[in-house]
Amino acid sequence: MTPDEIDALITSLTIFTLAILVGFAVISKVPATLHTPLMSGANSIHGIVLVGAMLIAAEASGGVSQLISLVAVAFAAMNVVGGYVVTDRMLQMFRKKPTVPKPAADDAEAAS
Amino acid sequence: MTTLEAIEILVRICWLVGAVAFVLGLARMNSPATARNGNLVSAGGMAIAIGATAVLILARQVLDPESFGIRISTWALIIGGIVIGGGLGLYAARTVKMTAMPQLVSLFNAVGGGAAALIAIDDYLRLLDTSTVRIDTHIFIVLDIIIGSITFTGSLIASGKLQGLIPGKPILIPGGRLVTLALAAITVIAAAILFVTGTPSLPLFLLILAAALVFGVTMTLPIGGADMPVVISLLNSFTGTAVAMAGFVIENPVLIIAGALVGASGAILTKLMADAMNRSVINIMIGGFGGGDEAAGAVGAEGGSVRSISADDAAIQLAYAQHVIVVPGYGLAVAQAQHAVRELADMLEERGVDVKYAIHPVAGRMPGHMNVLLAEANVPYPQLKEMEDINPEFERADVALVIGANDVTNPAARRSGTPVSGMPILDVDKAKSIIVIKRSMGKGYAGIDNELYTNDKTGMLFADAKEGLASLTAAVKAL
Repeated sequence: MTPDEIDALITSLTIFTLAILVGFAVISKVPATLHTPLMSGANSIHGIVLVGAMLIAAEASGGVSQLISLVAVAFAAMNVVGGYVVTDRMLQMFRKKPTVPKPAADDAEAAS
Repeated sequence: MTTLEAIEILVRICWLVGAVAFVLGLARMNSPATARNGNLVSAGGMAIAIGATAVLILARQVLDPESFGIRISTWALIIGGIVIGGGLGLYAARTVKMTAMPQLVSLFNAVGGGAAALIAIDDYLRLLDTSTVRIDTHIFIVLDIIIGSITFTGSLIASGKLQGLIPGKPILIPGGRLVTLALAAITVIAAAILFVTGTPSLPLFLLILAAALVFGVTMTLPIGGADMPVVISLLNSFTGTAVAMAGFVIENPVLIIAGALVGASGAILTKLMADAMNRSVINIMIGGFGGGDEAAGAVGAEGGSVRSISADDAAIQLAYAQHVIVVPGYGLAVAQAQHAVRELADMLEERGVDVKYAIHPVAGRMPGHMNVLLAEANVPYPQLKEMEDINPEFERADVALVIGANDVTNPAARRSGTPVSGMPILDVDKAKSIIVIKRSMGKGYAGIDNELYTNDKTGMLFADAKEGLASLTAAVKAL
């Protein structure tokens, strides 16, 4: 390995390690109530693999390579779109009070 | 600096913006009030990262056609893939029932891990033309393929089990443990040969791929339904790690960061879930291989008679109580009774009864699943109490209403020498009186009798969760 390659490897490993620590720090505070949305949200984040899938699609030549990248892009897109939409659907259900159709309820709350 | 170089830098900055948005988005998951906004921040970061990637590919093709070449096929692949995959994901996310959330998350783990593995496969096929592969490249590619493939088949099996396509109970393959060990050995040896020789080899590579795919199946098949919260968390962590490995393979920092974040979050949840079930992660994974039914031979506390109670009697107890704590378990989710329980709670609250919900960390089929089910039924989240917060309150509760929860309420957990010993439980037995809605005296996952049911304070209302709640609600209404 050349010095440049070693540099690049060490940089990547550093980023990887620090990101794991950030992950631990950020997530250990999440209450159990939100564990399912958290998991689903984290699930959408690994949809970032779509970026990688697009980059290999850009270099794909030949049938096998094109098929692989098409499937990879489709898998990743399913992950991203589905993950964020379903997380949002779940989170909008978490309310302090059940929604009351009449706006009068808000006024009463403000008054009290 | 050429225009293309400037664009390359800008795109990398956009990727960084995406990574920052992921971290901020996750941080906002700390509170139900900011969580939805956090998800949008994360989605915005994702959109920026993906949009920037599209710009990068386009810029390379237009500004440097000699090295990259303008290829329509690239865009057909990208747009076609996004439309197909995105459409399927959107449809699934819009239509899924909240009870089916665990299998959908598992399915997304499968496709995420699968995509990460495909990236490594694609990269390796290119490397076959070269004579030597750098050892670090080789290691990351092999790790990506192993973890991604295990996640892919493992998550599909987990999803199938949760959906009921594959029987949920542990499936034991004769000699399954040997098969699994053999697969692991094959993978390690094949990988070692690749690393030492440094020569790309298609047969060895395919061997590793096949072994990892089969390993995912044999690892997940023997694991029972009640261990699913741990398995899903673990597979989520695996997917994140596979994506990070894919980031090393194609040298892309945003994949490394996002993958590491998810890997860490999955690892934390796996640990939390395993702790809440009083088992180590290793025990759950290996326990399944060996049979995992060590509980069957255990002796629970025998004796004591069970008192059956009618819906009318139970309704009177509830209606004239001051504090009621509802303990929902998986039986409630299976019976889709989350709306029925909320109707009963509403009725009680109208009568001035204070109602709270005690949520055990592993209630449901994935971490926090019960909270989502109750939130869907419009139960306000401040009423949902976590185990540590609610346990001191049981002493003051007039009635604890247990619906389809079993092992997590068994007082035997406080003694040593039982299969549930040491498992964190809800202190239901400390309530002044206890009503249990349950279909039969069937045993829970641990396979032992629940001493709560033979407690003098306990009345058993034998019914399906939904029907039992409906009859209770009707009886309270009639009072």
